[in-house]
Amino acid sequence: MIVLLGVLVVVIGFATKRNPLLVVGVAGIATGLLGGLSPGKVLAAFGDGFAGSRAVTIFAITLPVIGLLERYGLQEQARRLIARFAGLTTGRFLALYLGLRQIGAAVGLTNVFGHAQTVRPLAVPMAEGAAERKFGQLPDRTREKVRSFSASADNVGLFFGEDVFLAVGSILLITGFVNTTYGTHLEPLQLALWAIPTAVCAFVVHGWRLLRLDRQLERELLTAHVHNTAAVEAAQ
Amino acid sequence: MIKAEWFYWLVGLSFLVMASQMVTDRSNPKRFGTGAFWGLIGAGFIYSSWVVTKQAPPEPLGAAVLVMACLAGFGFTGRGTPRTTTPEQRAASAAKLGNKLFVPALTIPAVAMACAIGVKHLSIGGRPVLQEGSETILGLGIGAVVALIVGMVMLREKRISVPVQSGRSMLEAMGWAMLLPQMLATLGAIFQVSGVGDQVGKLATSVLPEDSLYIAIVVYCVGMFAFTMIMGNAFAAFPVMTAAVGWPVLIGHFDGNPAAVLAIGMLAGFCGTLVTPMAANFNIVPAALLELKDQYGPIKAQLPTAGVLLGCNIVIMALFAF
Repeated sequence: MIVLLGVLVVVIGFATKRNPLLVVGVAGIATGLLGGLSPGKVLAAFGDGFAGSRAVTIFAITLPVIGLLERYGLQEQARRLIARFAGLTTGRFLALYLGLRQIGAAVGLTNVFGHAQTVRPLAVPMAEGAAERKFGQLPDRTREKVRSFSASADNVGLFFGEDVFLAVGSILLITGFVNTTYGTHLEPLQLALWAIPTAVCAFVVHGWRLLRLDRQLERELLTAHVHNTAAVEAAQ
Repeated sequence: MIKAEWFYWLVGLSFLVMASQMVTDRSNPKRFGTGAFWGLIGAGFIYSSWVVTKQAPPEPLGAAVLVMACLAGFGFTGRGTPRTTTPEQRAASAAKLGNKLFVPALTIPAVAMACAIGVKHLSIGGRPVLQEGSETILGLGIGAVVALIVGMVMLREKRISVPVQSGRSMLEAMGWAMLLPQMLATLGAIFQVSGVGDQVGKLATSVLPEDSLYIAIVVYCVGMFAFTMIMGNAFAAFPVMTAAVGWPVLIGHFDGNPAAVLAIGMLAGFCGTLVTPMAANFNIVPAALLELKDQYGPIKAQLPTAGVLLGCNIVIMALFAF
């Protein structure tokens, strides 16, 4: 039971808002030592873990080109472009993005979209541009909200699209683990089919929330504008 | 054959170059710590190639990882003032260049897609052009390099230092969050070898009442959700909860359909990924990338969806898996 103290370290570390890197480092060292690993083995585990999971950091390779384009006005152009489509509100645009992300992930294109490649340079300026066309300059709080929901559209789309694809990591992990541990024979296709009902639910639930975002923005911004005009009139 | 390792070296090399820029950036009050942090990551990226093939010992890399964690965790890293264009310059440039600006940006997904679908099947002399199993990562890497070339030619930008500086500013903005996903993968591995999974399994079976299918379903799904939140990764939670409840109870005792139980269980875990800061690459890194003041902004936007979908998964499993 004593190795569960490592889990406790993680929970307490987060509850007390320590730096996550330190929390994970301490929890790893504590769990390893309590579980009977030698200090050398614990170090080796950290090294192997870093080496084996470099793929999650490879998106950094796209940052220079995105940064270059942003210097030349990529985000501004994305805003200008979306402003031309009158019917495309923030919510509708993000719901469309969610759908595209899900379909992309479902056919195996998990790296085609992403926070560094598409959300920051394209999706966020477009979502904000759609809101700005309707309401003018956005207050900081609203801007944060639109950006948070843009990030969420990418995440929900990726998570609940990719399992419909056969060769994705999680499907292979399930079949690999179960087939070796329990000596059965599960096919990736069977698992992928069972991911479809949840994928549909995810699109309906999050898509509906994204569409509702339009009404929230309207309420927030119209009251903000009323306050502003009232303040201006009072000042006059 | 184009190997994934080449792109890891390229990433490592660009981190090293950016680290040297960071050290000389006097606008950053913590320039030495910042440079050391990214320099170590860059060197670690390259050194890892030999760790993966077991030609180099992993212990020095592990020590370096802990040094990185301390550098970032005790506040020795910071960020400089990015050298970039003014909003007015950007608006003028956007007006001048117009939709041409999208061409390099869309080159990345276009090349990634072409690699994942087309080039994947190409081979020269019986050997595949792209390393097998790494096609999508390679697509992203090749796409980024091609896009950079297209962008520099199109914008007539001759100084390679310009995109590198821009990329560096984004790295500095992300800071320690970049290292967290790799640290978590490690923690998962350590939990595994230390027997945390077995203990959670014993705990779960001891509290689970017998012959209550619905409680067992809820325990499995909510367990996947909660354990994923703690570990930041559904892949780490899956073996633990499946060995504890999924396989012995739901499939063994209640005779559930294995494919349905396991697939939906994993998706219940994904709901946990949506709401945990431990899933840094999905929740904290984007908050930094999008320059949010509230680093939990994306999590707050996802929380209601995650809750509803967890319920959906429980219902779907209860209705269709037995």
